[in-house]
Amino acid sequence: MSAVTLKIRFPHRHLLGIEGVSPDEISGLLDLSESHVEQNRQTDKNRTTLRGRTCINLFFENSTRTRTSFELAGKRLGADVINMSVSTSSIKKGETLIDTAMTLNAMHPDVLVVRHPDSGAVQLLSEKVNCAVINGGDGRHEHPTQALLDALTIRRRKGKLSGLCVAICGDIMHSRVARSNIHLLSTMGAQVRVVAPPTLLPAKIGTLGVEIFHRMEEGLRDCDIVMMLRLQLERMNGSFVPSVREYFRFYGLDYAKLEVAKPDALIMHPGPMNRGVEIDGELADDIDRSVIREQVEMGVAVRMACLETLTGALPKIECKT
Amino acid sequence: MAKGAKKTKTVKAKAAPASTVKVARTAYVNAHLIDPASGLDAPGGLLSNDGLITDFGPDLYADGTPEDAETIDCQGRILAPGLVDMRVQLRDPGHEHEEATASAAAGGITTIIVLPSTDPAIDSVALVEFIVRRAREVGLINIYPMAALTQGLEGREITEMGLLTEAGAVAFSDGVAPIDDSLVMRRALSYARSFDLLIIQRPEDRSLANEGVMNEGEIATRLGLAGIPNAAETIQLERDIQLVELTGGRYHASLLSTAKSVDLVRRAKMRGLDVTCDTAPPYFALNEIAVGDYRTFSRLSPPLRREEDRCAVVEGLEDGTIDVIVSDHAPHHQDSKRQPFAQAESGAVGLETLLAVALDLTREGSLSLSDMLGKVTCGPADILGLHAGRLKKGAAADLVIFDPGAPWKIDADRLISKSKNTPFDGKLAQGRVIRSVIAGKTVFHAPDLDV
Repeated sequence: MSAVTLKIRFPHRHLLGIEGVSPDEISGLLDLSESHVEQNRQTDKNRTTLRGRTCINLFFENSTRTRTSFELAGKRLGADVINMSVSTSSIKKGETLIDTAMTLNAMHPDVLVVRHPDSGAVQLLSEKVNCAVINGGDGRHEHPTQALLDALTIRRRKGKLSGLCVAICGDIMHSRVARSNIHLLSTMGAQVRVVAPPTLLPAKIGTLGVEIFHRMEEGLRDCDIVMMLRLQLERMNGSFVPSVREYFRFYGLDYAKLEVAKPDALIMHPGPMNRGVEIDGELADDIDRSVIREQVEMGVAVRMACLETLTGALPKIECKT
Repeated sequence: MAKGAKKTKTVKAKAAPASTVKVARTAYVNAHLIDPASGLDAPGGLLSNDGLITDFGPDLYADGTPEDAETIDCQGRILAPGLVDMRVQLRDPGHEHEEATASAAAGGITTIIVLPSTDPAIDSVALVEFIVRRAREVGLINIYPMAALTQGLEGREITEMGLLTEAGAVAFSDGVAPIDDSLVMRRALSYARSFDLLIIQRPEDRSLANEGVMNEGEIATRLGLAGIPNAAETIQLERDIQLVELTGGRYHASLLSTAKSVDLVRRAKMRGLDVTCDTAPPYFALNEIAVGDYRTFSRLSPPLRREEDRCAVVEGLEDGTIDVIVSDHAPHHQDSKRQPFAQAESGAVGLETLLAVALDLTREGSLSLSDMLGKVTCGPADILGLHAGRLKKGAAADLVIFDPGAPWKIDADRLISKSKNTPFDGKLAQGRVIRSVIAGKTVFHAPDLDV
């Protein structure tokens, strides 16, 4: 297995975003992730690649699935994993961000996984520490491991990424998942569409190389993948969209709207879902169309690959093989 | 140049030993005189006596220098009126004056106008008197207060403009906070007419700017930062211009950053309205790309805009639409900048870099040195009605001597200002202040340059 690790060329100290990561590097990470999928389905899941290493999951924002996924990934590789949840309300904001970084750094961790509500906060923190940093989601900027696990899910089902048509639908403006996916999918040669009312699209989103649609029936036409995004309920009380029922009527995914997509189009959602808001509950559970649970499964494999790659890439660590 | 004669690290505003004791006659010889107000641009000399300009001109020392005068050889460098900076932010009324004045003197600035956006806000006669008194005590350079336009800078009730003017306020503004309410703005402009007072506004529709932290556009979208559209500035500027038309008030728009804003003021001037405006070096020397990877030193308000906007601001300076260049000096402790971008304070220090960055305009564009200097001397002085910013017999000898070609690298760590938050850190600049003189007294002298 360690032979596979050594094939990866990943000349980055941290994984802060997908923007700037090359197609070969993405493919390498996905190949390595693939090698973990089968192992994760066995009774004995544990390996020793990261024995003796310390991973700290530093979360400034609530998260269950991403944190659990990183925790499992670290433990399955034999690393010591510690979770730290810092509620931003209880600290004096950014001053403590750097202080926290320095404090943790003094304990010599090998990897820090950081989630923070502010865009750029993870990069700021990464400049102050000696270890590798994985962005577990910063503000509305990037969420690279989510994009990688989405890509792995798609690649396993469709056999490729290049040439596919992917429609990302919903709250693009506030979504780090959307940004990371746009970068990854267009880097890998997929055709990316965004489908949302103009109030939920950030300015000049077209410059990221996507096609813009405001109507689902146009945006979903002939696409291979429909990627739904979560819409925070507080954004639907008349601020960005008029109401939940109007949103579901025009932008919620149901069987009728899916009609125009390719017959074998897959449905994805980064979770947690708002059933009956952005996605019809029955459709979300349809095992022929929805790969939502598979995304969660791929999450652990992808995070294992990221942990291995980044610890191996650190200059202070010698490769033992 | 006596390079290395003294440690350059200890550049401090300091009084020349001879002149602190007694200000007597000083003869500035071998200078290149520039007075933007009169158009004088020629080699010559200047004589000051007891803090006042006695005489100046190309032929002044044709018969030799007076024997009893201290002689300063300008070595052909430029001798101009000291700079007037009409937008300086200090947080704490009175307390940051020493630091700011030393920093201003190093930048060739001899007069600053401080914003009322302090804590507490400068909205009462007592506070204006306090600032004026404090300025006299510190004494290094001239400080004039701008008073709050509304009580507590809350944008609701107008302040005692007449009394505040008598106490020493030179203009009225809510500083960094714009007046949101159209009716309040209308009444302020109308009432100010009775005393011919100047209203200064940094236009921004705050409901439209919302939680934005940088210019709205591709870079904000890539960085995942909330954007501020150009319209946030132009909507309020347009409204204010219409209110000027309605009331006949005197209005000055501060910190223009967009192409359309420049155009709005250009048209207002063509219609004969009493509208003037300023901008600051970041808006003609930088664009939104300076935000780069979340550089909080480039977080400014208004935000750095697109390249098209920057070019339009340069054009506005060249064609005279933009009357004044201000530093918009806003010192911040580094802790308030070492933050995630959206949490960082906005603003930059600018006193020490104002002249050097503005000089780029004379090299890259069509602005003459004299016209550029006009925007930092007599331009603001005339708008504010101050006796400053010009070479005039009998006027205070507030002067700057600078070498417009001298190269240096802007290094944040070497600024005199305690706050180092400059977006120009690392910039290769051309043009250095050699000596700043206030009322005949040298208040800054660059020790590593000769004059």
